[in-house]
Amino acid sequence: MAGQLPTTEFDDIPDALLDELESLAHDRGEGQLGMVQLLDEDGHFNSGSHFSEHAKRLTSDELRGLYRDMATIRRFDAEATALQRQGQLALWVPVRGQEAAQIGSGRATRPEDYLFPTYREHGVALTRGVELGELLRLFRGVSNGGWDPRETNFHLYTLVLAAQVPHAVGYAMGIQRDAARAAAAGRDSGAQAVPSPAVVAYFGDGASSEGDIHESMVFAASFKSPVVFFCQNNQWAISVPTEVQSRIPLHHRAKGYGFPGLRVDGNDVLAVHAVTEWALARARSGKGPVLIEAYTYRQGAHTTADDPTKYRLSEEEQAWLVKDPIARFEKYLRAEGYADDAFFADVAAEGDALAAKSRKDVLAFEAPSLAEAMSHVYAERHPLVEEEIAWHLGYESGFADDESAKEGGH
Amino acid sequence: MPTMTLAKAINTGLRDALAADETVMLMGEDIGSLGGVYRVTEGLKAEFGGDRVIDSPLAESGIVGASIGLALRGYRPVDEIQFDGFVFPAFNQITTQLAKIHARSAGRLTVPVTIRIPYGGGIGSVEHHSESPEALFAHTAGVRIITPSNPHDGYWMTRRAIECEDPVIVFEPKRRYWLKGEVNTEEPGASADPFRAHVVREGTDATIVAYGPLVPVALAAAAAAAEDGRSVEVVDLRSLSPIDFDTVTASAEKTGRLVVAHEAPTFGGLGGEIAARVSERAFLSLEAPVIRVGGFHMPYPVAKVEGQYLPDIDRILEALDRAFAY
Ligand SMILES: Cc1ncc(C[n+]2csc(CCOP(=O)(O)OP(=O)(O)O)c2C)c(N)n1
Ligand SMILES: [Mg+2]
Repeated sequence: MAGQLPTTEFDDIPDALLDELESLAHDRGEGQLGMVQLLDEDGHFNSGSHFSEHAKRLTSDELRGLYRDMATIRRFDAEATALQRQGQLALWVPVRGQEAAQIGSGRATRPEDYLFPTYREHGVALTRGVELGELLRLFRGVSNGGWDPRETNFHLYTLVLAAQVPHAVGYAMGIQRDAARAAAAGRDSGAQAVPSPAVVAYFGDGASSEGDIHESMVFAASFKSPVVFFCQNNQWAISVPTEVQSRIPLHHRAKGYGFPGLRVDGNDVLAVHAVTEWALARARSGKGPVLIEAYTYRQGAHTTADDPTKYRLSEEEQAWLVKDPIARFEKYLRAEGYADDAFFADVAAEGDALAAKSRKDVLAFEAPSLAEAMSHVYAERHPLVEEEIAWHLGYESGFADDESAKEGGH
Repeated sequence: MPTMTLAKAINTGLRDALAADETVMLMGEDIGSLGGVYRVTEGLKAEFGGDRVIDSPLAESGIVGASIGLALRGYRPVDEIQFDGFVFPAFNQITTQLAKIHARSAGRLTVPVTIRIPYGGGIGSVEHHSESPEALFAHTAGVRIITPSNPHDGYWMTRRAIECEDPVIVFEPKRRYWLKGEVNTEEPGASADPFRAHVVREGTDATIVAYGPLVPVALAAAAAAAEDGRSVEVVDLRSLSPIDFDTVTASAEKTGRLVVAHEAPTFGGLGGEIAARVSERAFLSLEAPVIRVGGFHMPYPVAKVEGQYLPDIDRILEALDRAFAY
């Protein structure tokens, strides 16, 4: 089995794991998908996978934390959806259904890692410590960003599909150069090597078709850059199903580029956490990229402007509700005695408090000043921008006298 | 004559083109079952089938590049780019290939591809959904660019773009998709030639040139100016490449004052081209320099302040004031 993969590239991967990945690479009969799964739909733990050991290392606090994160982001998501319905947000991009894919992967990262989201990664934002209310600035129309990526190593949302993925590769190339420079300096000073960070690039099944994804994978493979490509296959790109983007499971593409790819049950937070941790560790150790396809489902609309009844059946939606990531994990936590009613009540109360706070934050956002936005167009002085700011301020204050007006209007 | 929205008029134009010529086909993201995010292609997949109304993979370079190949094979593809800000993955195909193949082949090959792009702001949306990138394409020889401001033009520009042997980009003013008007699908009348400008309001003291989403704004500004006793002519440019300089110059010569308004930034925008041409052609007839009204030299701003960025009636009136102050 293992011989089918270009093992010269993957010789760091133990045979047993390589065999497991290969056996999971192809779907089995009866609609059984080949994918890494540690918790089945009823919350039963599968201890037979290579990745089971990763999951077993999680403490009970960490396990409860994963649940808390998922429940919190779902509550926040509901509040943001409501805010949009009430006209307080221009748009909202719901994350419901993808909580395990996002919390599991985000929690597998370290503070020094850098993450490039698309626009739906609210759960990942939570794991990075981004103040959730800040996510709403973009959707309220008061900012095109909203948070300082330098504080959390969680990049700004990128709305042009796939455009952030080459950035992730370049960032990873920078990490490689940092490591080389630090090693060179360390030889001189005898200093300890700093832990090597890695990068995660998030994108969707739809975005996977963009040329930028191809170029990113070529670069990352060519330079063996420490980047994990994390594709949330939520089955839909607005109204277009994944089959239109790919005739083969998306993770198979990795092989063609020369790095490992795997599919994980994206509604299984333990499995997602385990495979992401593994891929990041591999990237950190200099073995290059991994493509993770997190197989999940967008339970709601594409955005609040979308109407999924136009293109998908409610039977499909119902079938996926059975696989809900949060319900599944709750069953597991209860069955294993990790959490009780009091814990779940606590989490719900915290979620409500966060929702209330976010709502308050949104209503308090100040409309930005156009002049200030103009002043951020360039890092250095720019005469045209200065002229236009002056004209704009004069115009808005109604003092645009004939003299300044003659210098150019807009 | 039926009354319909601009979106419906374009939809009808696409339907009639598909019915009239079996080499016409549509390609884009979410244009099939969903009917496009603005429902401009609604019902067309059901009527003409998935072979002719294609939900493409999510890749704009692929959409335009494949359309070029289809055109070389005798088809007339009509592409939808979902929003203005998402055309750029296809920029390479449009500017280096689509625009140049006819010239490169010394006139032997034609690539009659139509690209529909909803453009412009004023819809309170998020980044990349409100832009006016037309100047970037107008600067590229080999593609024609038109933009309807009303449903009748929406219908006929769609038909003419598809019939044209050259590649045509149709910039559709998305905030006017719901604007209603009469559409005569039998007789184009003055809309027969999509590359001619239209005088849409006659006047004697000044001219406003506008196109697409700003035509209704220019008309409202002219109406407001009339209350102050100023007779202002309004020209709907309609075609951005070529530009009908004859109509624009004739109007400027008649009124002596010209204001050009567009949502796109003034710097490097089409207003500058119009100002230069009219100055060259009609310098001695002008009472004032040509004055431009447009966006600032910045990325399109966030929704909460787009009202301060977009030219509105007051901004156009202020420009007229300056023209009259000379
Ligand atoms: C380059 C580009 N083209 C088109 C769009 C419009 N658009 C926004 S989201 C979307 C579907 C994306 O699907 P997918 O990548 O699967 O991500 P998901 O929304 O499912 O999370 C499209 C077509 C865009 N944002 N960027
Ligand atoms: Mg998707």
